[in-house]
Amino acid sequence: MVEWSENERSIISNIFSNLDYNDVGPKALVRCLVVYPWTQRYFSSFGNLYNAEAISTNPKVAAHGIKVLHGLDRALKNLDNIKATYAELSVLHSEKLHVDPDNFKLLSDCLTIVIAGKLGSAFTPEVQATFQKFLAVVVSALGKQYH
Amino acid sequence: MSLSAKDKEIVKAFWAKVSGRADNIGGDAVARMLTVYPQTKTYFSHWKDLSPSSAPVRKHGGMVAATITDAVNKIDDLAGSLLTLSELHAFTLRVDPANFKVLSHNLLVVLSTTFPNDFTPEVHVAIDKFLTAVALALSEKYR
Repeated sequence: MVEWSENERSIISNIFSNLDYNDVGPKALVRCLVVYPWTQRYFSSFGNLYNAEAISTNPKVAAHGIKVLHGLDRALKNLDNIKATYAELSVLHSEKLHVDPDNFKLLSDCLTIVIAGKLGSAFTPEVQATFQKFLAVVVSALGKQYH
Repeated sequence: MSLSAKDKEIVKAFWAKVSGRADNIGGDAVARMLTVYPQTKTYFSHWKDLSPSSAPVRKHGGMVAATITDAVNKIDDLAGSLLTLSELHAFTLRVDPANFKVLSHNLLVVLSTTFPNDFTPEVHVAIDKFLTAVALALSEKYR
C-alpha cells in the first residue's frame, strides 16, 4: 500500500484547493493532444483537431479536460485507497474506451507541466516529487484492471 | 519524429529567450532530477553534496545548459556535434540512456515554471522533439 506523509498530504491538498479546474483541465488535455498527437485517436468525435489552434479552441476538448481533471478528486479524497477507488474507471478505460494505458502517463506529464507553469517557483523540487508520486499512483490504479 | 524546419525555427526562437538564464535553468533541472528521481543520484556518488543549491549540482547544470545551447546552434548536425559527448557517456560514464528522458522531462518542467506564457503547447512539442533528438545523438555510441 502507498504511504503518504503528513507533508505529502498537505502538499497535494494545497495544489488542488488552489486549482482552477476550468483553466488547468482544458490546458492539460490540449497540451497532451498537441505534444503527443497520436492521443487524438481517442477523440475522433470531437470535430476539428487539425492543428494546435483548433485543438486549443475546441469546446469539446475543454469540457473533457475539466471532466478528466475532476476525476482526480476521487484520489484526493481516498489517498489511502486509490487502487480500489479507480477499479471501476480502470475497467471502463480498458473495456469500453480501449485506451492504451501508456497514455495515462502522457497526460499526467502534461498536467505536471501545466501545474508547473501555474505555480512557477512555488513548484519546488519537493512539490514536484510529491505531485508526480500522486499522479503515478493514480496512473497505476487506472491500469490495474487491464488484462 | 525528426525535426522539421518549423520545429528548428521554434527551438531557436525560444532558446534565444532562454540563453541569458540557461545556467540557472540547467542547474534547476539537474536539482529537480536528483530530488524527484532519486535513482539518478547513483551516478553522482562522487559529489559530497547533492542538494539543489550545492556547487557541483549548479556547475553540472551549467554544463548541461551550455551543451544544449551549443546543440541548438548546431541543430542540423546533432550526431556530429555530440560525438565526443556520446563517446564519453557510452564508454566512460555509462549512464543508462533511459535517464536522458528523465533529465529532459525536468528541463521541460523548469522551462514551464520559468516561461509560463512562452512555453506554449507548440513550443513544448518542438522542444520535446529537440531534446529527444539530442538524447538520441548522445546514445549514438552506446552499441
